[in-house]
Amino acid sequence: MKSVSDPSDEKPLVRIRGLKFRRGSRVIFDGVDVDIQRGQVTAVMGPSGTGKTTLLKLISGQLRPDAGVIEVDGLNVHALNRAELYRLRMRMGMLFQSGALLTDLNVFENVAYPIREHTDLTESLIRKLVLIKLEAVGLRGAAGLMPSELSGGMARRIALARAMAMDPMMIMYDEPFTGQDPISMGALLKLIRSLNDAAHISSILVSHDVQETAAIADEIYVISNGHVIQHGTPERMMNSDDPWVRQFLHGLPDGPVPFHYPAPPLADDLLGEGG
Amino acid sequence: MSILLDGLQALGASGMHTLRRIGRAHLLFVAMVGGVIDMLRKPGLLIAQLFSVGVLSVLLIAVAGLFVGMVLGLQGFYILSQFSAEATLGVMVAASLVRELGPVVTALLFAGRAGSALTAEIGLMKATEQLSGLEMMAVDPIRRVLTPRLYAGVLAMPLLAAMFSALGVLGGYFVGTGLLGVDGGTYWTQIAAKIDFNEDIVNGVIKSLVFGVVCTWIALFQGYDTVPTSEGVSRSTTRTVVHSALAVLGLDFVLTALMFGN
Ligand SMILES: Nc1ncnc2c1ncn2[C@@H]1O[C@H](COP(=O)(O)OP(=O)(O)OP(=O)(O)O)[C@@H](O)[C@H]1O
Ligand SMILES: [Mg+2]
Repeated sequence: MKSVSDPSDEKPLVRIRGLKFRRGSRVIFDGVDVDIQRGQVTAVMGPSGTGKTTLLKLISGQLRPDAGVIEVDGLNVHALNRAELYRLRMRMGMLFQSGALLTDLNVFENVAYPIREHTDLTESLIRKLVLIKLEAVGLRGAAGLMPSELSGGMARRIALARAMAMDPMMIMYDEPFTGQDPISMGALLKLIRSLNDAAHISSILVSHDVQETAAIADEIYVISNGHVIQHGTPERMMNSDDPWVRQFLHGLPDGPVPFHYPAPPLADDLLGEGG
Repeated sequence: MSILLDGLQALGASGMHTLRRIGRAHLLFVAMVGGVIDMLRKPGLLIAQLFSVGVLSVLLIAVAGLFVGMVLGLQGFYILSQFSAEATLGVMVAASLVRELGPVVTALLFAGRAGSALTAEIGLMKATEQLSGLEMMAVDPIRRVLTPRLYAGVLAMPLLAAMFSALGVLGGYFVGTGLLGVDGGTYWTQIAAKIDFNEDIVNGVIKSLVFGVVCTWIALFQGYDTVPTSEGVSRSTTRTVVHSALAVLGLDFVLTALMFGN
């Protein structure tokens, strides 16, 4: 077993250099550098629509950058062929913002799906594995339900069980806390941290819940307007003097980060059309 | 001048857009066909799709075939009796069904019943990120989801068309002998004597195989290429039915000209 006691002297698990990406004419990333260290919980934060989900999709090779390099465990994601990319993905779990469960399978079969696809385990072993994963997210009792019978928060926890099913080296969480009540939120926080420490699963955590995330993260990246504004330990970030970081982490309505999607002045819009 | 240029530019842009779509459709087709080896290792997927694409269409196709055959019996009798050729009613009914109406009407009904359902299913899977979810589990959604549906459609279509024709011939028989007084024995012996295996039946099966490929391909492509919103899925579903109908009718002309042209 690999030691995680001193991750600083290992190469980072994910290494992003000079990442550029645009959607049509809209620039999402304009030269982003990110290091995700092994064995750590790295939080990615930023205003809605800055491209956090996009970043996860780039890391997992679902999208292709316009420029820059993304390496996961030493492999250049976008230089891999399909088979190599799939082999790498078997070692990554991703929790989609929407859950993305297969709607024609029940909860049990959804969690069993990747195991059935990639292994030849016996039915009784699969059953045990699945029930353990479901127990970890507190939904063993929901094994027989269909995805349409789950609440949004439950669906996301099932998706987490599925992302863990293949015991990946890292899991990317896209807003896992949305729609969770305080109890399951606390349980999820503990789960993410303990998966990270006990099972040595590195975590990339996208979340808007600043206090909770800061409590379990080892490193926080704040991204806005296509750039990494600042990164560092939670303490350093919470005490940051940078006005962007301050505004975002402390939820101040006024500051350099605009609440509005770029638009012409309201008065122009209201007076301009059909006025 | 600038209006002219704008128009030209718009024309070029939409032309490029269409060409790209056609290109994507062909790439998808190659990828789906190539998934066959993978699929044969999990035959359960194909069987499940044969059920939902084929078996669930049986009732519709059977009832439609029966009615079309009965109408053919009535109309055919009316025309044939003017030439005192009522005895050949069976041949007329069977030939029209096996050569034309069986494959064509089955394909049109298939596009409406199974094709639209396929598009909506795949489109919704895309809109709800289920396809991306499969990708992230290192499962190829084309091979796992689309390929079994394609082969199921291609296999189901000739079987459904055969059933349509068979029930149509029966429908013609009931109307002909029951209502109009055509001799039952003559009805069958004329069919046995005049319907040629290669000329009629094989050509009919070829037609419905081609329609099966085209209708299922269109349905799956429209779903896979959909704009992942509810409006996008609804548009794609409509396009599946329209494109399939046009493709079937156009191809039917081409195939008929090639098969029976000389
Ligand atoms: N399929 C798409 N086509 C075009 N633009 C897109 C698409 N998906 C996202 N975008 C744009 O990319 C930008 C980043 O989107 P993304 O989903 O990554 O944001 P996010 O940071 O995850 O936001 P949130 O916190 O609300 O989930 C958005 O401005 C959005 O308008
Ligand atoms: Mg997002």
